[in-house]
Amino acid sequence: MSTEIPSRFADTSSWSYHIGNDYYRELSRQSELLREDWPESTTDELSRATSFLAGEARLVDEGRFNDWLELFTDDCLYWVPVTPGGGEPTVEVSHAFDDRRRLTDRVYWLRTGLAFCQIPASRTRRVIGNVETTVDPSTGDRLVRSNFVVHEFRAGVTKIYPGWYGHVLRSSSDGWRIRLKQVNLLDSDQLHENLTLVF
Amino acid sequence: MTLQHDAVAGRSAAIRPDLRALVRDDRVHRTLYTDPEIFAEEMVKIFGGRSWVYLAHESQLPEPNSFLSVRMGLRPVIVTRDRAGALHTVFNRCSHRGATLCREQSGVAKSFQCPYHGWTFRNTGELVGTPWPQGYGEDFDRGEFGLHKVARTESYRGFVFATLNESAPALTDWLGPATGWLDYWIDRAPGGEVLVRSGAHRMGYRGNWKLAYDNAGDGYHPAFSHRSLLEMASRMGESKDMAYFGRSPDEGPMRTYMLGNGHSVIDQRPNYEGPGSFWANQRPQPGRERVEEYIRAEYGADADRLLDLCVGSQINLSIFPNLLIIGNQIQVVEPLAVDSTQLSWHATSIGGVPPEINTMRMRTQEDFPAFGEPDDQANFEEVQRGLAAPEAEWVFANRGLNVPGWQEVGPDGVVSSTATDELHMRHYYATWLDLMTPGGVR
Ligand code: FES
Ligand SMILES: [Fe+2]
Repeated sequence: MSTEIPSRFADTSSWSYHIGNDYYRELSRQSELLREDWPESTTDELSRATSFLAGEARLVDEGRFNDWLELFTDDCLYWVPVTPGGGEPTVEVSHAFDDRRRLTDRVYWLRTGLAFCQIPASRTRRVIGNVETTVDPSTGDRLVRSNFVVHEFRAGVTKIYPGWYGHVLRSSSDGWRIRLKQVNLLDSDQLHENLTLVF
Repeated sequence: MTLQHDAVAGRSAAIRPDLRALVRDDRVHRTLYTDPEIFAEEMVKIFGGRSWVYLAHESQLPEPNSFLSVRMGLRPVIVTRDRAGALHTVFNRCSHRGATLCREQSGVAKSFQCPYHGWTFRNTGELVGTPWPQGYGEDFDRGEFGLHKVARTESYRGFVFATLNESAPALTDWLGPATGWLDYWIDRAPGGEVLVRSGAHRMGYRGNWKLAYDNAGDGYHPAFSHRSLLEMASRMGESKDMAYFGRSPDEGPMRTYMLGNGHSVIDQRPNYEGPGSFWANQRPQPGRERVEEYIRAEYGADADRLLDLCVGSQINLSIFPNLLIIGNQIQVVEPLAVDSTQLSWHATSIGGVPPEINTMRMRTQEDFPAFGEPDDQANFEEVQRGLAAPEAEWVFANRGLNVPGWQEVGPDGVVSSTATDELHMRHYYATWLDLMTPGGVR
């Protein structure tokens, strides 16, 4: 499935050679898998998956975006679709379709101190539950599905964002890294004010 | 319509100073952004009662009997195609007791049955039948109970506008010289084939709708309001896109053009040179390197033209009161309340290009709604907050006024100026005042 990446494009925080038709096909396969019925998982698998999600959530809620970025693989995608469930990203726009470079941009942008939509910055806290997990039979990647409620307070206003996450995690020498984080907002196709918080 | 129209106009006229005192050569009064009565009147007159309003793109109504549920000001309306393909606009409001008929955003239907008591209407508005008709007297005339129909619905090359005003000028006259700019934007697509087929970014802000219209033609703000985006772009070295707003834009080649009836455009194209220049200067999108390599290998000499089509038009065209053409997007201003507005960014695809070009178009059209527009909307909200102070009465639009050498009249009679001139605000407020003043019909 994977395409040979020319060495000059190897640093995916600066270059994006790897997002081609084969990538979109693989994304749609993963995204479908994340919506299927899964067999029941063991307590051990569940508790590992749950604590990974809790750790990631804490980094975001505490605004440690550089540390959060380090959780992602070089060929990652942070994806917040507009169309409920994901739709067809080759012909539809998303709220976020961040490969490693654009995700690095996003974190850089948040930290410029010049983004007026984040002055003051969003304070967030999220609750994650209904965690399920299984293994992608064709890659061995860990799949995790969960529900979330993100509470945001900014500029005098409190907002609530419910939805569900789909995570595709790959093992590395120091634990799991995020290949795909798909954020499915309950009302992704409806009106949103200032959707610049990180899910 | 007539009763409501008169009631709004009459009530407001009785308790409010003359609007002409609130719109001056160099400034407008804060209440134009804060007064719910003025807003209610705008929603009747400017959003359809007197003026044309943009409602839909024809590609959202792809076949006979297609429908699209939208708003015309605050009125829920359904834009429909009849079985022959002609366009109609009817109120989405049952003529029995008022329920909305159509509760889906889009689809295909020859008729609509009201979910409340079952009255059924053709998609052109006529009442077809009522359940148990014996309950109505013999003088019941179905012809009197059709859906309220919007007087005129017309399309300019796919852009569908409507008005309740029988005596409004022809749509092409209302658009005037703006048609030439729309033509440029449409004709960038091979065969002029533009498609709205993606979900929209529906962005909301807590501010008056005119804050978005003020901003759309504003070449003064980018260097400040968009500092975060410009700073982010420089993470990877120089990119030209929008950076030209930063270095004394008034000395550069960019111009803003007044197109009549409140329409205007900023032309950023003179900042670019030749085929491939739009593409070369766009902030990098996911998959950029791969697509560029593939398109150059497959299409050779035609590659620059194709790659440029992944990137915006480099014009910002504002069609009063609610259509903003920005980049490749069709943006619609949808007022919700005096201090609440929805801006719907409809991403577009085009025909006649390899699918990779349209995919790259999607990735480009995610950039500005994520990293540019939110900063503007934060500033709109802060303007609305600032305008709560009653003693500071005025909003100024005086940049460029009486500055020698700024405004010029072209051979076509179109007035232009340098990009930071607030002429576009002074220009549309003249139309606004005309439409809002008794007897002033455009
Ligand atoms: S309100 Fe529609 S049938 Fe009664
Ligand atoms: Fe802007």
